[in-house]
Amino acid sequence: MTTLPQTTEKKLGLVIDLDICVGCQACATSCKEWNTGGYSAPLSDHDPYGGDPSGAWLNRIHSYELGEGAAGRTVHFPRSCLHCEEPACVTVCPTGASYKREEDGIVLVNPDTCIGCKLCSWACPYGAREYDYDDGVMKKCTLCVDRIYNETLEEEDRVPACVRACPTGARAFGDLGDPDSEVSKNVAAREGFNLLEEFGYKPTNKYLPPRMKTSAHVSPEPARKSAPVSAGNGSMVEKLFAWADQKLSR
Amino acid sequence: MHPAYSVILFTTASGAGYGLLFWMALAETFGVLPGGRALSLAALTFSLALITLGLLASTLHLGRPERAIGALSQWRTSWLSREGVAAVATYVPAGLLGLSWLIYLHNDLFHLVAALAAAGAAITVYCTGMIYGSLRTIRQWNTPLVPLFYLAAAASTGALLFGLIYSLFGYSTPLLEFLLLCLVAVSGAVKLTYWRQCDADKGQYTAEMATGLGAWGKVRPLDPPHTMPNFVMREMGYQVGRKHAQKLRRLVVLFLFAGPMLALALSALTGAGVFFWYLLAFLMTVVGIVTERWLFFAEAEHVSMLYYGAERA
Repeated sequence: MTTLPQTTEKKLGLVIDLDICVGCQACATSCKEWNTGGYSAPLSDHDPYGGDPSGAWLNRIHSYELGEGAAGRTVHFPRSCLHCEEPACVTVCPTGASYKREEDGIVLVNPDTCIGCKLCSWACPYGAREYDYDDGVMKKCTLCVDRIYNETLEEEDRVPACVRACPTGARAFGDLGDPDSEVSKNVAAREGFNLLEEFGYKPTNKYLPPRMKTSAHVSPEPARKSAPVSAGNGSMVEKLFAWADQKLSR
Repeated sequence: MHPAYSVILFTTASGAGYGLLFWMALAETFGVLPGGRALSLAALTFSLALITLGLLASTLHLGRPERAIGALSQWRTSWLSREGVAAVATYVPAGLLGLSWLIYLHNDLFHLVAALAAAGAAITVYCTGMIYGSLRTIRQWNTPLVPLFYLAAAASTGALLFGLIYSLFGYSTPLLEFLLLCLVAVSGAVKLTYWRQCDADKGQYTAEMATGLGAWGKVRPLDPPHTMPNFVMREMGYQVGRKHAQKLRRLVVLFLFAGPMLALALSALTGAGVFFWYLLAFLMTVVGIVTERWLFFAEAEHVSMLYYGAERA
């Protein structure tokens, strides 16, 4: 059904910290790796090792320059489906293949009823949907719906593949409809924002801003005491060194 | 936006077909359709053939055309679905109308059937226009002038076809040619207003809004996410049309509006070689409408391109 649910029980989504993303593309490759073998048919590639490679990816990492001169900075900017509360990609769908789940707010495409008319990709202001030329249907971020509820996986793996892969912890997953969830608290503390808020599709995913550079004095780092030598494997010699280190450090 | 040839063929052919059906059905509603049953039947068959050709062409751009029937289900929210429902529904009164001419079954009820066929044709074309007109992501499309021009273009191309077919069989009056001329002028006025509106609107959304990073200054792309264009860039970031837009617009003005109007005026004034003038007007219209439709797509700019270096959209 392309009629949107009035409310959803949960608002599952991602929080992306633009202050610490390093643009390593681990989330994009991890997403591709999981989703090419998961929900729906594989994410097809064309000419992947040739001169004009293309393919369906559900997560794209841009890098932008902001500002000028010393105040300028580089920001790495992951972009994927934002699982909007009022997504026109769903309402324009003629077949009902695009839908928003009432239980958790995830926006999905049913690969068995999609006719590949591409109208949903035209309706999305975020460029989040990519057409799969081999499968003839539209592909998009599923929020790893086949991971997050998957009880055959270890508990810590029940998060979207991009979140699991991020080496800097720039991506978090949770219920943004619950003000007491970790992600919601972090969004409130860091003044997280919506992309293209003015458009009015009410994205669920939030972005945390890069911290402002301050011209304030940078105080020299306080001299740090080195960590005490541990007793290691417990041999007599090691214990002796640990004892000597402890006495001499005083 | 990438101009898919199948969609250009779909919107122009089915537009002209529905236009022809509309004028025939409207004339039949008021009992003023000239010619015999055979001519009516032939013209109706021609209009339904154009419509069917257009609808079949539209399925060519689908990834899974074999599932197209599913597109009739979401008429509550989707203009594409509504268009499909209206298109299928219009075959019913149009077919009954044809049947009434075929077996000479004629009574007052068929004025109603004809009215339904005319209404169905108009509604279908309006829905086609709204598929584009309802998309807020493309400012050149998200205006009431889009469905209005789809209606005006279908009405004038269909009326030209009507004039062409009926003049071949000797049915023509200077009055019809004058009315047709007015119709072409109206659709020309709508298109010129549309272009003026498009040129004045530079777009209310910026790359700073799209990324939410305006507080740090101007946002400029540094590294793209992929080395070659992806689906989004190919589909939504089509650039070729804008380079030649002004030349192509002049071509549209000449072939879709000025040329046919001149031919119709000459036909009405001289009263000779009417079919020839209609044919000339129609051939110019074919070139004009295809160019217009190509430009309609090629000039349209999509908000998602803000992530790929567009400053405004």
